[in-house]
Amino acid sequence: MSLTVSEVKDCAHLARLGIEERDIGSYAKDLSGMLDLMTQMNDLDTDGVEPMAHPMDQVQRLRADVVTEQVDREKFQAIAPQVEAGLYLVPKVIE
Amino acid sequence: MYNKTIAELARGLRSGEFSSVDLTLAFLDRIKQHHSLNAYITVTEEQALQSAKAADLRLATGNAELLTGIPMAQKDIFCTEGIKTSCGSKMLDNFIAPYNATVVDKFNSAGAVMLGKLNMDEFAMGSSNETSYYGAVKNPWDTHTVPGGSSGGSAAAVAARLAACATGTDTGGSIRQPAALCGITGLKPTYGRVSRYGMIAYASSLDQGGPMTRNAEDAAIMLQTMAGFDDKDSTSVDLPVPDYRAGLSNSLEGLKIGLPKEFFGEGLNSDVAATLEAAINEYRKLGATVTEVSMPSLKLAIPAYYVIAPAECSANLSRFDGVRFGYRCENPADLADLYTRSRGEGFGKEVKRRILMGTYALSAGYYDAYYIKAQKIRRLISEDFKRALSEVDVMMGPVTPSTAFGIGEKIDNPIEMYLSDIYTIAINLAGVPAMSVPAGFAQGLPVGLQIIGNYFAEDRLLNIAHQYQQVTDWHTQTPKGFE
Repeated sequence: MSLTVSEVKDCAHLARLGIEERDIGSYAKDLSGMLDLMTQMNDLDTDGVEPMAHPMDQVQRLRADVVTEQVDREKFQAIAPQVEAGLYLVPKVIE
Repeated sequence: MYNKTIAELARGLRSGEFSSVDLTLAFLDRIKQHHSLNAYITVTEEQALQSAKAADLRLATGNAELLTGIPMAQKDIFCTEGIKTSCGSKMLDNFIAPYNATVVDKFNSAGAVMLGKLNMDEFAMGSSNETSYYGAVKNPWDTHTVPGGSSGGSAAAVAARLAACATGTDTGGSIRQPAALCGITGLKPTYGRVSRYGMIAYASSLDQGGPMTRNAEDAAIMLQTMAGFDDKDSTSVDLPVPDYRAGLSNSLEGLKIGLPKEFFGEGLNSDVAATLEAAINEYRKLGATVTEVSMPSLKLAIPAYYVIAPAECSANLSRFDGVRFGYRCENPADLADLYTRSRGEGFGKEVKRRILMGTYALSAGYYDAYYIKAQKIRRLISEDFKRALSEVDVMMGPVTPSTAFGIGEKIDNPIEMYLSDIYTIAINLAGVPAMSVPAGFAQGLPVGLQIIGNYFAEDRLLNIAHQYQQVTDWHTQTPKGFE
């Protein structure tokens, strides 16, 4: 099975992932190789098998609805690329 | 003194043979001396000396734990407050973590001395440590070969005695494979045994932190500190932590070992196979019986893993968007450009490959064919483990198909690199614990024996590894030039 250049571009767009035009061919080749590997899965009949999402088959724990943590805005924003007046700055979205 | 185990160092610290400051200075000196191995991304000299002084005071009061004053290092995937936590990526090259991982907090309260942060494959994606933004780590046994990955810096540092012990993480073999290739002891605990809080996520249903050490006793000491329930990790398992050292001396008389026949077929290097055969014979001498077991679904572990792990990775790594922390591209034209270019410039090729693969497998029209199918196979693999481990106490086999390969040898062929994970990946899919134990050499390079146990049987694995290490000395060997 092979992945086309345009399918690679679609995935890159969905993932908001910039890839160089000159690298697309090599991604298509590598991903096609991975897909070949994955088609081996079809050799096994899995009808009626329950999908396993997690090794422990756990359910999410519940906890009391009480405040356990305070957000330290200053501390967390100290590592942000660009902030102003306690807000994260990004390029203008609405004209 | 850097050649001693944690247990020996703890005795030396108590007898006054040396102080934690002496030890820390000795290790810091070695790190500088062997800088060319590239095992460390960050050395935290100043903080290390401060912790060593505090540890010496604590030792003097008699209120110390076994790890108090022991110089160790953290894989750079664990968040360390106020200290750069890069995860081996350009994306986090400027990331000073604002909080500690639970594992880091636990080592700090035990009084361990952190020497620094260890090199690793970018976001733990790799089996050779060559995908790190900070460059490949060299294997101290032969500096032209890889140390394995993703915890390659951890394995190289312990093997070269640049730390008494180190943490690692294992999503598809990232503790066991580098431990095997560098001739040290590594343990991947049961999924949920060690908190993942503050451990930067790759594939959340597979990731698990664990110890990388000189021997099984040291692994028991480290795991004692690392393991336990954590409220901050929603998949942490709330079970009591046993005393991991208590059973180390138990006899192996009557131990039932299963050898999965799928582990000893085509693809396994014959010298590695012969080395493992000899190791298994040692176990026979210790009173174990050996039978063959079968794991029919095992052959599909690699395809299933390379759907599930990239799928989880594509979701986890969506948080790196250039807005709140980490790398941001220069002069973004608009918001879409900010996301796309920050991620495009911040991630390396292997990470991008897996994000693309995961995005594809989760996209409309392919979700059932790939993701759900892989999850069904995961169920079958996990049932194989349950069945086999109801017939025998543990399973043994190789960790890797061959010894360490050359730097640059496989990096341009990702599929070949993935296939070398054949013996480790299924363990993560099932969630059971497994160890790599030094079992000899093939062509002058270390070989690891994998021991796989039942859920939460870490104490049994450690006992089985420890007994082997009482009758062999592979784990005490030091690479030439690092004695």
